[in-house]
Amino acid sequence: MSSARDVTDQNFDTEVLASEKPIMVDFWAEWCGPCRAVSPILDQIATEHSEKIDVVKLNVDDNPETAMKYQITSIPTMKVFRGGEVVKTVIGAKPKPALESDLQEFLA
Amino acid sequence: MRDVVIIGSGPAGYTAAIYAARANLNPLVVASSVEFGGDLMTTTDVDNFPGFPEGIMGPALMTDMQKQAERFGAEIMYDDVTSVELDGPVKKISLGNGDTVEASAVIVATGSAYRKLGIPDEDRLSGYGVSWCATCDGAFYRDKVVAVVGGGDSAMEEATFLTRFADTVYIIHRSDKLRASAVMQERAQNDPKIKFILNATVEHIYGDDLVSGIGTVDTVTGEETTLDVSGLFIAIGSDPRTHVVHGQLDLTPEGTIAVEGRTSRTNIEGVFAAGDVIDPTYRQAVTAAGSGCVAALDAQHYLESLPQKQAAASHSA
Repeated sequence: MSSARDVTDQNFDTEVLASEKPIMVDFWAEWCGPCRAVSPILDQIATEHSEKIDVVKLNVDDNPETAMKYQITSIPTMKVFRGGEVVKTVIGAKPKPALESDLQEFLA
Repeated sequence: MRDVVIIGSGPAGYTAAIYAARANLNPLVVASSVEFGGDLMTTTDVDNFPGFPEGIMGPALMTDMQKQAERFGAEIMYDDVTSVELDGPVKKISLGNGDTVEASAVIVATGSAYRKLGIPDEDRLSGYGVSWCATCDGAFYRDKVVAVVGGGDSAMEEATFLTRFADTVYIIHRSDKLRASAVMQERAQNDPKIKFILNATVEHIYGDDLVSGIGTVDTVTGEETTLDVSGLFIAIGSDPRTHVVHGQLDLTPEGTIAVEGRTSRTNIEGVFAAGDVIDPTYRQAVTAAGSGCVAALDAQHYLESLPQKQAAASHSA
């Protein structure tokens, strides 16, 4: 359903926290309808802004440690990491223009 | 130019699409980019839609309705309507992707949006323990204590669903009478994990980064109580979603789009409305579906009455 690559509890440090580029993590689960709805929109954003930002996804069922560490209580949650720190959190499925406006500082 | 554009993809929108497509009106359904399928997409078992003796999952029902509409040629677009110009014979519908679609008739089936409590910290803690969607967020409350506000079917359903994960689920309702159907009430009342707090309103939500508790007030005695909960699920109903037609379509005192009698006709010729957005009372999947059928038939009738051919002929002459 999504072309974004998966990250896991095991590789979160190397893939996300050590990323030099800003990287957005989509916290999602199979059973979450709004996650499925927003997934293709995130793919589009990733494709259109690939030189600015990476987009990866983390399945919260398979990777509870990371989900718990970042206190995820609602999905989809999208967190942008830069230099290993969370610099932006977007909660809930939103239309593409709304997401782009939320993420403006990383896409411009 | 399109014959008919349908805004919304819940039971009303898709039923309108099925009827319009079967009438060869080649409908375009603007389904929304993230809320396509409507409210039932975040519902689990739907046990009151006729024709499914064992019940059906909400998303499965909506996917099937969509397939049925597509089978007859309805076109589904996953985008949002940003504005409309409904006056005159050519209706203009602007989309999130920047395009504008023109149509002779429009069916507004935009449904309703979840109502908020309107109390301090509700927005700040939204997504951090405050939720409107148990099926989305319930799994994060394994072995925790949560509260559901509301007394209708959706509150009972949310609470019952949450017992799969949570240790204790409080249902908080402002009166001692639940609005929920008997079968839903019974299911909740017989659930050992569900506890009712009646005649109480939620006035405060506590928590720095995450919800840690709520403050309730007894509506009879005025007594304030603090409850330690990790999650607060709000299911106090919804308001008709009319912002896109504000200022163009007449509304009722209840805020729904005003329609003429038992029809779907709005105050603007060629504009029809169906489903929860016109219904302050029943708001069921099956009533919305029936309403979508009415709108498609009304739109079909309207299109047949248009002197299109004559107009086109005199225009080119």
